[in-house]
Amino acid sequence: MATLAEPASPPITPRSPKAVARERRKISRHRFWSIYRKSVMGMAGLAILIVFVLMALLAPLLVSSTGLDVTKVSGPALSPPSWAYPLGTDNQGRSVLTLIIWGSRISLLIGLLAATVSMVVGSVLGILAGYRGGMIDTALMRLTDWFLVLPWVALMIVLAAILGQSLTIIVLVIGLTSWAWTARLVRSQTLSVRERPFVERVKGLGSSDSRIMIRHVLPNVLPVIIAQTILSVALAILAESTLSFIGLGDPLRVSWGQTLEQAFDTGAVTLGAWWWIGAPGVCIVLLVLAFTMCSTALEEIFNPRLRQR
Amino acid sequence: MGGRRYVIRKIMQALATLVFILLFNFFLFRIMPSDPVKLLTKGKGVQLTQGAQEQLIIDLGLDKPVLPISLRPLALHADNQLFQYVGDTLTGDFGPSLLFQGRSVVDVFLTALWPTLLLVGGATILMTIIGLYLGIRGGWSRGSRLDTGSMGFSLLFYSMPDFWLAMMLLVLFSTYLGWFPSGGYSTPNADLSGLAHIVDVMNHLFLPIVTLTVGYLGEYYLIMRSSLLDVLGEEYITTVRAKGIREDSVLWGHAVRNALLPTISQIALGFGFILGGAITVELVFSYPGLGLLTIQALDSQDFRLLQGLFLFASVAVLLSNLAADLLYSWFDPRVKEA
Repeated sequence: MATLAEPASPPITPRSPKAVARERRKISRHRFWSIYRKSVMGMAGLAILIVFVLMALLAPLLVSSTGLDVTKVSGPALSPPSWAYPLGTDNQGRSVLTLIIWGSRISLLIGLLAATVSMVVGSVLGILAGYRGGMIDTALMRLTDWFLVLPWVALMIVLAAILGQSLTIIVLVIGLTSWAWTARLVRSQTLSVRERPFVERVKGLGSSDSRIMIRHVLPNVLPVIIAQTILSVALAILAESTLSFIGLGDPLRVSWGQTLEQAFDTGAVTLGAWWWIGAPGVCIVLLVLAFTMCSTALEEIFNPRLRQR
Repeated sequence: MGGRRYVIRKIMQALATLVFILLFNFFLFRIMPSDPVKLLTKGKGVQLTQGAQEQLIIDLGLDKPVLPISLRPLALHADNQLFQYVGDTLTGDFGPSLLFQGRSVVDVFLTALWPTLLLVGGATILMTIIGLYLGIRGGWSRGSRLDTGSMGFSLLFYSMPDFWLAMMLLVLFSTYLGWFPSGGYSTPNADLSGLAHIVDVMNHLFLPIVTLTVGYLGEYYLIMRSSLLDVLGEEYITTVRAKGIREDSVLWGHAVRNALLPTISQIALGFGFILGGAITVELVFSYPGLGLLTIQALDSQDFRLLQGLFLFASVAVLLSNLAADLLYSWFDPRVKEA
């Protein structure tokens, strides 16, 4: 339906609507990539991202997980970076590099999962509010405003403290408290899509509201959702590290935030063990920065007004 | 007059949010999977007798029905936990603290309020002034070294967990260089007075305030910059320039005045984040404010105290947003008509 409703370029040989759509998607993908490639920020972000994703996926091949078990390691305690331990060791003789490599898995996983939860909730509520309008819009936007106003970190801490500490709960706590900005952005974009003539056309052709929202509004607000979700990953990684640092993370899994918590709790600051504190923090900064840079580059592509700046 | 209606509407909305916050706070602390009595007695390290436990349940009002209406059997309860909670909250009665034996939640709270006000207030003022100034300069000469530098700075510190920045500053300036104390509000048992005391407090405050300011400065810069760029694209700026007014006064006299407006509500929204940041920063610097108190309440599972602190944070952010809305409409009457 979507492809029929738009004027196709005059075909030399008759092609099916699906083939036309596929062709068009391919062209726009190429155009997108050729713009994205020129963004220094976007490419730098992507490069850092690839390094960390590879590190997380290949962790078992890079270092053995026995290096995480305090009863099985034999390194010196609190040794500064050396050839044997490139990032030094913690107070129990574990290599900080091992902790970082294995920690990247949990930090990335929680970031991605929580951002997905936040994306789904934010997009559904945003499209519903924007497309339906009226009472639904008012009610949903009051709820959104409320979530924007509530002190986010405090809310997460209280929820995590009450509900307990497991990976699922942390993902849900972060995801279900961070969707408000997405909902707001998606709603305002939906409002403008709703007013476009083609929506009226498909309505005239007899499409139901739910079909219009899924088949016609969603693809048009998708760029906003993608850019915002990538930014959400950055925020979720920061949120995970904060929760873990306070001691509300999953105690059984190594994450960067948890490594920082252990370092702080055992007095790494007064011991001057800068490598133990420094390394996980630098990783968090790099990964969050990478997601933020990718999101900024995407936003510049999707929102031409910004590009002129 | 649309103005008065606007003000009333905003206040009503804030009141509605307040009711929502109260209800949320009430239910949140009742969905705890664990038994509240067990939690309350856990920290005391004593096993209570059956009779003492029942007495505690009655003292806490936990024997009463939760809601004013129950379905099975269908009945109304004038004396219920919800009404009691709302009544107690509105009269400022949050009960005794578990962590600090013999002191009320309100008393504990008030002791920790001043250090946090000093830290969060000071940091907010500093980051507003510096952030807005950089934003104005950066937006005015877009692409200049100052602009790209501030942009990189903002992105970097936006991506940094504030507690990590706090630890790194502490390692460098306290452990290695020894320029600043390693934490606390003032030197314990120093018994300083007057100017010496103020210097001592400032010395302790320096690193925490720098952490918060640097950590959240970027957002103010970005908001101010983009707001100024929006205004600079407007036609009245072209008119002002065509009149031959000096560039300096185009910027400060005409553009900045309008560009400052949208930042008011953003500053209020940012306030919630700074409060959140204060929690971990106070933890790292063992700075005895509300943030450290939150962590202590968490560690000792003093949920009464935690509930009170969360309520305070919500209400503080709510009020700052209300103030921003009203200020905005006062500065920019166009808002009232919308």
